[in-house]
This record gives sequence, structure tokens and C-alpha cells, in this order.
Amino acid sequence: MSQTDPIVVRNLSIHYGDDTALSGVNLEIRKNEIFGIIGPAGSGKTSFLRVLNRMDAFVEGMHFAGDVFYNGQNVKQWRNLYSLRRRVGVVFPLPVGLPLSIYENVAFSPRVRGVKDKAELDVIVERCLRRAALWDEVKDRLNALGSLLSGGQQQRLTIARALSQEPELLLLDEFSIAVDPVTTMRIEDVLKELKSEMTIVLVTNLVQQARRLADRTAFFLTGECVEIGDTDALFSGAVKDDRTQQYLEGRFG
Amino acid sequence: MSSPFVATPRNIKNQRIEQAMKSLFGAMTVMLVIPVMLVLGVLIARGLPVISWEFLFSEPTNGMTAGGVLPALIGTICLVVVALIASVPVGVAAAIYLSEYAKENWLTRLINLAIINLAGVPSIVHALFGVGAFVLFFGFGTSILAASLTLAIMSLPVVIVATRESLQAVPWAYREACWSMGATRWQTIRRVVLPNAVSGILTGVILEVSRTAGETAPIMFTGAAFFLPFLPQSVYDQTMAMSLHLFVVSTQVPDVPDALPYGVALVLIMLVLVMNAASLGLRVYLRGRKRW
Repeated sequence: MSQTDPIVVRNLSIHYGDDTALSGVNLEIRKNEIFGIIGPAGSGKTSFLRVLNRMDAFVEGMHFAGDVFYNGQNVKQWRNLYSLRRRVGVVFPLPVGLPLSIYENVAFSPRVRGVKDKAELDVIVERCLRRAALWDEVKDRLNALGSLLSGGQQQRLTIARALSQEPELLLLDEFSIAVDPVTTMRIEDVLKELKSEMTIVLVTNLVQQARRLADRTAFFLTGECVEIGDTDALFSGAVKDDRTQQYLEGRFG
Repeated sequence: MSSPFVATPRNIKNQRIEQAMKSLFGAMTVMLVIPVMLVLGVLIARGLPVISWEFLFSEPTNGMTAGGVLPALIGTICLVVVALIASVPVGVAAAIYLSEYAKENWLTRLINLAIINLAGVPSIVHALFGVGAFVLFFGFGTSILAASLTLAIMSLPVVIVATRESLQAVPWAYREACWSMGATRWQTIRRVVLPNAVSGILTGVILEVSRTAGETAPIMFTGAAFFLPFLPQSVYDQTMAMSLHLFVVSTQVPDVPDALPYGVALVLIMLVLVMNAASLGLRVYLRGRKRW
């Protein structure tokens, strides 16, 4: 275990009541990499993401065992969870434009952490919207409602909002599920740029998306982490487990 | 194989049933409207001749067989306003706690059950509770304060349920999105949940107000006076109220002209209708600003 890895997971298992969603996961996520997680529905990918910034607390009955270290600190012993979540940006599968103006959507997180100065907020909002490739489409109607944008725009708004947290870690949960292919490619380009500034965990059920973006990829199947490897190696056949090979070839999933 | 453009016997049957059900539900709606129209019609026909500015703004005279309803009208408005001030903050805060903070466990289930039961308690029981608690124990005497607090206790469950329903109508995804950014529950409630629930809350509160205005039993023993031709000076005074005044002039006083009770009833129902109309207008205004 390298001390510099931002995320270190040791023997993690996740449960909903008495049901086990994930068990026996050991992995490290390196600084400034895109770490892909692929696997069919019900494999425990989303549950894994939820634990990383302790979103498990939002779900009745969800609990986990084992250790997750964020910059060397155990997330279970984190005293103020708000400070943990503020460092971690999250993008959910379905776009969530908050029922606020586009401007206020992006200004939400800075406001919550205490930024009051209008000029400072203006700068943050413009920078984040530009980075999320949305600025040009909305710059003339920043006071329009964020929840009334199209699905693809809302998802980029969600990304802009995540960026406004100035996150060290960005968690993406199947972000392209409700987004058209063109927007998906634009977001993918954004992610490639963001990699230089933050660590990204990309959960996706599109194998090819992991192939395009991820530096390393983990394959989850029915609550088990089957295999972790360099994405290039995995896709050029250096696979240790038959199930991974079959999934990558599209024979199930 | 039959042509796809010809209706099968099953299609025709389904269409007949569809028509029949639509007619049935429509007929029920008409039956619902008839009594409302009759009540309003009779009240307006018999009561309207009595009503004038003088009727609204003068005191009852000649042993309540003549004159107007001003003390009762003012009294009812006072009772409702004080009841509102007492019940809305408590009810909304409790609903926010139950909807946004409380975990689902036996205690919250018990509290929810208690709220539902409180809503089912007959108003005369609330009245007796009001006498025991506010008039005697807290020593407010028979006063606007005691009567309003009794009304407030009675309307609490409705305020709580209406508020909780409005809060829960705000999609869960908004909360998760805010929490995941490190917002606290309160920041989320203040910035996202409440602004989007406020129209429902206001509607519920105003409908409850209009119900409160017509209640008689809870105020009879706690603060409403049989005949008191002065306006209340403070919340510790007794007052007349429209609902009790209607009861009195209808049944308790001899030689009341036939039309007078209808006039009183019409004023009371107009008061309620004005409040409902305000609620409707507010709802339309706020729905125009609906955010999703």
C-alpha cells in the first residue's frame, strides 16, 4: 500500500440490511488516474462509489465493513462528513438539475462552504461552466431554471456543479445513461482534461467507454471484484479470469 | 386473419365499459356539486337581503334580534389569527423534523400514529381538553388565547400532514445531490426543499384556517361568548364568534327574524370562501413558479 494513493480499499464489504452487495474488495486508486469500474447491473459498482464519500449514510439500512482510506484517513473515522463530501464531486446516472437557476446550481456548493462575494462567485460559475463545456450554450440565460435544461445539458450542469466543489476526487456513476452520444463524447473529452487536476473514478456499464477513458479498470461481478488491471492490457488479452474475458467480449452483461 | 382496422368484439366491449365508467364517475361528481349549490343557493336567496354594510359593521341589538355581526366577525378573525400564529410554526417545524431528519423506526411510527389519531379526535373532546389545560391549568380563563390554543391543537395534525406531504413531494434526488456536495440537511432544506414545498404548505394551512373559522365546539367553553357587544381588547378577553353566534341566533334566542340566521350563515361562509379563494390564487401563483 502506497501512502500516496488517494484511495486505498481494504477488505471492503457492503450490505443492505442482511443482503450483501459487495464483499472482499481490495484496491488502490492512484492520484490523477481515471479508474474505471465495469460490470453488469447489480454488481455492486454504485454501492462502492457511495462508500467512498460516505453517501451510504443517505440510504436506510446500508452499512459497510472493512476500511476505506481517503488520503490515508479512514473514512469511517472521519469526524466531519461534510468536509469529506465537499472534497468529492459526484455525478449521478440521471442528471439532477437542482430547481434553482443555472447560476445558483453552480454557485450552490461555494455558497454552502461560505463564499458570499458576488464577483468571486461569478468567476467560479463561469470557470466551471466553461470547463463542463456548457458555458456557450447558457451564458445568455444564467437565470433560467437548471431543471428545465435538456438532459445532456443538465448532466453537464451537474458536472459543472461537481467542479465548483474544487474536488480532489470525482465520482461518476454511469453519467452517460441519459445523455446523447454527442454530449457523451464532449463530456469524455472534458474528463480527459480534468485528469491532470483530480482523481476520477468512472463507473460505467459501457465497456468501450472504460476502454476509451480509463487508465486502469476493475471488473465487478455480483458483488465481487473479479479483476483489476491496466485498461490497455485488459483489452489486449492480458486477462487472468475467464469471466472478465467473456464480459469484455460482450458474451454476457 | 381479420383486418387490423376492424374493431373486434373485445375492442367494442372495452369501449362500452370505458363509456360507462366515465358516465358513472361524472354522475358522482354532479351529485357532489348539487348539495354545495343548494346550500349556497338557499343561503344567498334568504340571507342576501339581510346583508348590508351596516349588518357587517354594527353590533347586535334588541337582544340579538336586530343589528349586525361586527363583534362576532372580528372575534372569529382574532381567533383564527391567534390559532394560526400558535399552530403553524410548531406544525411546520415538526413536519420538517419528521420528513427530513427522523429515521424510520418505532418511535417515528408511533409519532405518526399519534398525529393521525389526534386528527380523529372529536372537536368536543378538544374543547374539554382546552378547558382543562388552557382555561383552568394555565389560568388563561375563558379567553381568545385559550380558545385559539384549543383550535391550534386541533389544527396541528392537519398542518403537519399537509406540510409533510408537500416536503415529500420534492424529489429525493435533489436532496442526495445537495448532500453529496457536503451541504447539511438544513442548508438543503433552506435552499432547495422548502422553496419548492412552500406552495403546498400554504395551501394546506389556508384550507385548515377556513375549517378552523367554522368550528364551534372547541371555542364554546374556552373563549366564545354568548353575547358581548364590545370588540375584544386583548387576547385575555372573551369574544363573540360567527359560528357560535349563528348557533345562538338560530336556536337560543326568541323572536329572531327568520332571515337573520341566514344572513349570519352567509357572512360566515363568505369568510371561508374568501380564504379558500386566496388559497387557490396563491396556489396558481406559486405553480407558475414551479421549478421542475
